[in-house]
Amino acid sequence: MLSLKLLQNLWKRPEARAFPPAQAEILAALQARLQEASQRRLGRSLAVRHVDTGGCGGCELELQALDSVIYDLSRFGLSFVESPRHADVLLVTGPVTHNMKAGMERAYAAMGQPKWVVAVGDCAIDGGVFQGSYACGNGVTTIPVDLVIRGCPPTPHQILEGLLTLLEANATGG
Amino acid sequence: MMEAGAFIRAAQKEELRPYPRFLLSADEWQALSAALVETPHPALLALWAESDRVHALFQDENGDLLPVASPVVNGAYAALSPARPAAIWFERVIRDLWGHFAEGGRDYQPWLDHGTWAMAAPLSLRPKARVGEELPREFAAPEEEDVHQFALGPISGGIAKPLHLRITMHGDSPLAAEFYLGYAHKGIMALMRGKLPRVAARFAARLSGDATVAHALAYAHAVEAALGVQVPPRAIALRAVMAELERIAHHLFQIGVIAKTAKFGILHAGCGTPLEELRAGTALAFGHRLMMDCVVPGGLAADIAADGQATLLGTLDALQAKIQDLAALSFSEPAFLARLQGIGRLSEKLVRELAPGGPIGRAYGSHSDTRRRPGYPPYDSLEVPLPDVSSADAAGYLKILFAELRTSMDLARRLLEHLPDGEISTPLTASSGEGLGVAEAPRGDIWHWVRLDGGMIAASFAADPGWRHWPLLEAALVGGTLEDMPLCLACFHCSVSAVDL
Ligand code: SF4
Repeated sequence: MLSLKLLQNLWKRPEARAFPPAQAEILAALQARLQEASQRRLGRSLAVRHVDTGGCGGCELELQALDSVIYDLSRFGLSFVESPRHADVLLVTGPVTHNMKAGMERAYAAMGQPKWVVAVGDCAIDGGVFQGSYACGNGVTTIPVDLVIRGCPPTPHQILEGLLTLLEANATGG
Repeated sequence: MMEAGAFIRAAQKEELRPYPRFLLSADEWQALSAALVETPHPALLALWAESDRVHALFQDENGDLLPVASPVVNGAYAALSPARPAAIWFERVIRDLWGHFAEGGRDYQPWLDHGTWAMAAPLSLRPKARVGEELPREFAAPEEEDVHQFALGPISGGIAKPLHLRITMHGDSPLAAEFYLGYAHKGIMALMRGKLPRVAARFAARLSGDATVAHALAYAHAVEAALGVQVPPRAIALRAVMAELERIAHHLFQIGVIAKTAKFGILHAGCGTPLEELRAGTALAFGHRLMMDCVVPGGLAADIAADGQATLLGTLDALQAKIQDLAALSFSEPAFLARLQGIGRLSEKLVRELAPGGPIGRAYGSHSDTRRRPGYPPYDSLEVPLPDVSSADAAGYLKILFAELRTSMDLARRLLEHLPDGEISTPLTASSGEGLGVAEAPRGDIWHWVRLDGGMIAASFAADPGWRHWPLLEAALVGGTLEDMPLCLACFHCSVSAVDL
């Protein structure tokens, strides 16, 4: 059986990362958007649905890192969910290859109202290095984007910062 | 008829550095494809094309490389897929990208081309304009009673890759598993064309995020071979440090995924902490958590940070104890090991035919490790041991992952302790030539081929081990029960982006 020490070592909570502050400017813009749409508030939690539109997998690695014990998303009221029907946020990574465009649009359409779209990573924002390819567009252009999180890939901390800003707007705006 | 390897060796040679290529006429290529049916050797590692020829990369049982090329006549060449199942996907890609037809091939359906691009055969000399019409993949529909199909993707649960998987079941037993990829096709080869090698390196580095160092390294090796460029010793050592750190990160992640899938929560959570520590270390030392864009043809984009060496040695110290604990945890939990036993068993014939690489290949008994053979600096002066193989299943694979973690920690430490001083990069020349480069990625051997014209990339191809591992995974899925499938998927953990190009 496992020794107690072993368990303690492994189970010792890694210092959960500090709570990154919401970014005031982006927060104000998001709140304004929410008001405009007079959307129902979702409260202090957000269910996030991820769609990879053909990126290199780097952004997914950082999302996986964010979803690990280190960041412990649940304490912020954030969670990744499987079905678009249960999601408040569609988190898009990848340059939106032509082969994935329809899939992304279907996932967006399947979500209930209100809904947010977050483009994570340079290639989801404008195509990044893949701009001009015959096989992809310039990032997310066919569904409305509420928030962009830059980086190739952005760090888990940056992604968390963005999502928390969205959470804040959600809880206080509208 | 001569044995296939000897048949290739008898052909006329042409220049490709550092492994000369054998040039076959179209008839000889056809004869080769017939000869290959008789024997599993040599193994096919990659198959690709240019506008006027097809290329294949074979490896014989001694590990010797046999690059082969042959002209395409009237838009066609003889298929290798009847003899080498690994050729099926390649032949479909050659049709989709270059427009060449594999005569006698085993599958003619499109692969990367889903009908959404504005042109057909985008890498051919004159791509034909086309208005997007979807080319739906046809799956064999079940006809028997009691046979049913279910499909997943391209968008499926959680943080997942874009792929489609169709499984056919007969009652409770899987009859067939079929992947359909191409959703992540970004047109990497077209983007690289006409660019300076250092500019094009950004695309090689984005073939697969968790093997970004290895892809960039194999690509750099190819460019450097083509141009005859010598890389400074400091860059060689630091590249290997990065490659070993990437392997540690991958293996930790991989063990975590296996643990999560087997519902061994403590082990899954336990892998997360050292992985984050490692990423923090690489961010400090190399300026990027995944070390993307750090390896470039000629050397490195930037030197390690002033205190990077000490930081990483400290990180490795911290990881050492944690990884030991994780191993102790894994191997002291009989229920976990029992869950992994027998998962992924495959016929020896198929394993021989598909010649898997990396820890997966080594779990199936292969001795392939490109750091050892053909070998490249600095590994020629370091010893890279082969891990002991216990069983050709997920349990054996887990042991190999832990053994490789120890080896990579050791290699990274030795390299960091004896970092040579000096330059970190050599300027590239604006000359012409062809090169083939290799790097041992966390999941296996990666091969990059480039043709340079006046210092610019004229053509290229990248062969990730995924080309051989995906078809193997299809077979492994069918070999088990429905409950075993998630664990099989977790163990193979192939890259979508790297084979979607
Ligand atoms: S933004 Fe960069 S890291 Fe993220 S998927 Fe695109 S290329 Fe990969």
